[in-house]
Amino acid sequence: MLPMVELTIFALGILLIDLMVPREWKWINAAGAFVGVLMSAFCVWRIQSMLPPQGFIFGFHRSLLVDGFAIYFWYLFLAGTAIAILGSVHYLDVEDEHHGEYYALLLLSVVGMMCLAAGFDIVLLFIGLELMAISTYVLVGFLRRDRRSNEAALKYMLLGAFSSGIFAYGLSLFYGLSGGTNLRDIARAVSAPQNLHNPVVVIALLTTMTGLLFKIAAVPFHQWAPDAYEGAPTSITGFMSVAVKAAAWSLLLRILLAGLWPLRSIYVPVIVVVAIATMTGANFAALTQTNTKRLLAYSSIAHVGYMLLAFVAMGTSQPDSPGLSDGFKGILIYLLVYTFMNLGAFAVITSLRQRNVIGDEIDDMAGLYRRAPVEAVLMLLFLLSLAGIPPAAGFLGKYYIFLSLIESGHYGLASLGVLYSLFGLYYYLKIANAMLMRAPMETERLPVSLGMRCAVGVTALATIVIGVYPEPFIRGVNWSLGIVQSPRAAALR
Amino acid sequence: MQSHILSILLLTPLVGALVLLFAPKENKDAIRWIANIFALGGFLISLPLVPMFWAQRFEPGFKFLEGTQNNWIPSIGAGYNLGIDGISFLLIMLTTLLGWISILSSWTAIEIRVKEYYVWFLVLQTGMLGVFMALDFFLFFVFWEAMLVPMYLLIGIWGGPRKLYAAIKFFLYTLFGSVLMLLGILFLYFHHHTVTGVFTFGIPELYKTAPLIPFHYAIRLFVAFFIGFAIKVPMFPFHTWLPDAHVEAPTAGSVILAGVLLKMGTYGFVRFSLPFFPAVVSHPRVQSWMIGTSLVGIIYGALVSLMQKDMKRLVAYSSVSHLGFCTLGIFALNPLGLTGSVLQQINHGISTGALFLIVGILYERRHTREIAEYGGISTVMPVYATITMIMFLSSMGLPALNGFVGEFTILQGAFTANWRWAVWAAPGVVLAAAYLLWLYQRVFFGTVTNPKNEKLRDLTPREILTFVPLIIMALWIGLYPKPFFQILEQPVNQIVQTIRNNSNSNANAQVAPASSSRLKASN
Repeated sequence: MLPMVELTIFALGILLIDLMVPREWKWINAAGAFVGVLMSAFCVWRIQSMLPPQGFIFGFHRSLLVDGFAIYFWYLFLAGTAIAILGSVHYLDVEDEHHGEYYALLLLSVVGMMCLAAGFDIVLLFIGLELMAISTYVLVGFLRRDRRSNEAALKYMLLGAFSSGIFAYGLSLFYGLSGGTNLRDIARAVSAPQNLHNPVVVIALLTTMTGLLFKIAAVPFHQWAPDAYEGAPTSITGFMSVAVKAAAWSLLLRILLAGLWPLRSIYVPVIVVVAIATMTGANFAALTQTNTKRLLAYSSIAHVGYMLLAFVAMGTSQPDSPGLSDGFKGILIYLLVYTFMNLGAFAVITSLRQRNVIGDEIDDMAGLYRRAPVEAVLMLLFLLSLAGIPPAAGFLGKYYIFLSLIESGHYGLASLGVLYSLFGLYYYLKIANAMLMRAPMETERLPVSLGMRCAVGVTALATIVIGVYPEPFIRGVNWSLGIVQSPRAAALR
Repeated sequence: MQSHILSILLLTPLVGALVLLFAPKENKDAIRWIANIFALGGFLISLPLVPMFWAQRFEPGFKFLEGTQNNWIPSIGAGYNLGIDGISFLLIMLTTLLGWISILSSWTAIEIRVKEYYVWFLVLQTGMLGVFMALDFFLFFVFWEAMLVPMYLLIGIWGGPRKLYAAIKFFLYTLFGSVLMLLGILFLYFHHHTVTGVFTFGIPELYKTAPLIPFHYAIRLFVAFFIGFAIKVPMFPFHTWLPDAHVEAPTAGSVILAGVLLKMGTYGFVRFSLPFFPAVVSHPRVQSWMIGTSLVGIIYGALVSLMQKDMKRLVAYSSVSHLGFCTLGIFALNPLGLTGSVLQQINHGISTGALFLIVGILYERRHTREIAEYGGISTVMPVYATITMIMFLSSMGLPALNGFVGEFTILQGAFTANWRWAVWAAPGVVLAAAYLLWLYQRVFFGTVTNPKNEKLRDLTPREILTFVPLIIMALWIGLYPKPFFQILEQPVNQIVQTIRNNSNSNANAQVAPASSSRLKASN
């Protein structure tokens, strides 16, 4: 619990300090949030070193489970948040909305995410989900004077609240079936033979899944995403597309793998359909977008589709086949590389926002190479990584996903997935073409703040390093899944 | 003992690109000098490889091995493994030579964004060399795809009027092939694990297990690989990206595209499709389809070439025809055909590379490639006209020049396999003479009709220098091809042996154990 407590203290501290500092000193809030994230990461590291080898710690009456999985996601959230903070400072100044609440809400939503990754009790999971979601609703609408931002926040909040309600309904049915709120109780109850064909179980499963799929923005529950992504402050869009999404994935994996694994024969076919619909819908919709934020919103939905394919591979594999562990690894690695490449891409888009330029249309990208050569080349790197071209990191994610599909015998799904990755290449290249090959509309150099340079640099470095030398990262994922040397045994708890 | 010559060769252009990054942007001549020095350096470093390779040309297996099985990403069994045999040796020499020539030829052609141009070109060079050197499928795939990016940028930034369209088309088309190939690679990788319990991407390892794949899977895998390679070659129905990419690319880009990039497809057939799926390629049905598309490509490419009004488009379509000969030789599945095919790949690199340079030189002076704009050039540019004649003759396969040796050997191989194939392919040679000589006549003979052509400058010493090595090579292969045949003898025989050993067992997946054990011994 320590990293979360620590983050909460920092969030509240920032709210207090914000009252005292003058306008010019608002960056102190950002610095405070950044330090908070670093200290939280240090706490996570301490916990990691206390963890018994391949072991786990239960806390708070088994409502909290700290294992490699949770720690992996904690690091991921913290890394994403740190980069988002770096990219926010200058942007908020430009938007003239520099307030301490921004960083406080950011940290509070991370607390919620950490509960999601480590929660083993549906009550804690739900609290974490709402803490994360409500903070994000506010952040999406943070640009009070921007109508798009307000609309996005309202839409996101209404739909989000609705889906949370459905999700809570499903959880309550599981509580009724099992008489307990712990995932282990639920797993025990649903694996009872008389419950396998119980219609209540199916209803509970479907409603729970609706909530989960809404949160990861899978088709047909994705409608909120493009609007929310487009309207939100760009720094928040990046944060939402990686950290919030990773948190939703950790929730989905925890519930479906730890709690509802016995029901996989029911939910895997649903996920197959959802995965195909997600890839199809998102890729086709992205083809015609002219707004970069919206385009990347659809692309992030498409990436969810690929990750769902890996989930299908997991769900249909024999317990001892490599497809199971490779699918699991695929999702975790995909989320890791996705965090860096997508945040990098959004950081570049954020830096296009200037005093009098909104800068989120593809046309605003035109001739970026002349105006900011380094950013343009790094943006090319992020785009190629998103398209899955080696040696950028994105290829590693794709590699694991398609490997797991081959290993579990889903040749058709694998072919579909690779074909859709061509769509992806097309719309990423649209941006690249504008950046590198078209004449700029404005000629003066683009001023890029120091924090933004750090954000872009760190994400680019990570994208290259993970792509060229992925070994330590694969080991890290293996460790977090409890597969240290043998890649064959993925122990699902 | 490990020699590191391959790594040095591979990394020289990359180091050059890194050095260029730190060069001042404004000093264009310094940038050009640095790029040329590294490109020439890459070529010179590859020269000592010749005697070293010559000494062990008859030894079986891959030579100059570098790296160990899992030294790169042990968790997934990928390693940084390099090694070459006779086939890749020749292609590597071609790559270093053409890379240097193209960079030299860009001296005055590229005036905007000079620094980036050379950076991307050198990166491209590393990517291409890596494809021919990699003995690890993961590494191979990384080079194979990574190389698309610089080519895409070369077309898209320094290309002609429709460059954006051509660049995206090129990238999408080739990526389409390679993602299907990725699935095939993953299947082979997983299959190796189910057979041996080991996850590895090592190509020599996969050679042992891939022929064991049941036929109904192997045929699908073959198709996946086939599409990947056929797009790259390009074989007949998959060729439509090629004219666009060639026409829009800058001259040096076209030279590399035709000279080296297309060879990756044929190299893939020789290196992967044949030894991995011997039962499939030797299946009569499959073989006749392959031969059929090759023949269509030969005739179709030549006929379309005849009709072109744009010189560069003409040369581009002639590539389709010439590469049809290469695939014909490969799928004749006998030593003659394969040897001729690899030799013809080298020849095509030399002569078509030169043809693109020739078109580029006129384009640089007049900024048009319309054939109708020219006429009587031989009186204005005599040296240029002579060199052009030599390269045209080489391209159309006149005896005593390189094209003849390659095409003749391929036809011989095709004739041995089935005389009808040779009969159908032979018109391709005639048509090649027709479209090239007709082009020559329209551009070079007669009187100067267009006043703009009266003051054209003949070749500069630098431009002549770009042709000298190509002419030397054309004459060498044409007059004394024996060393090339000797270099190719061992790898070609080994591939043909693999196919012969596995072809008796078409329908069932049973493989004679002797074949795999011999492969093991040879690696």
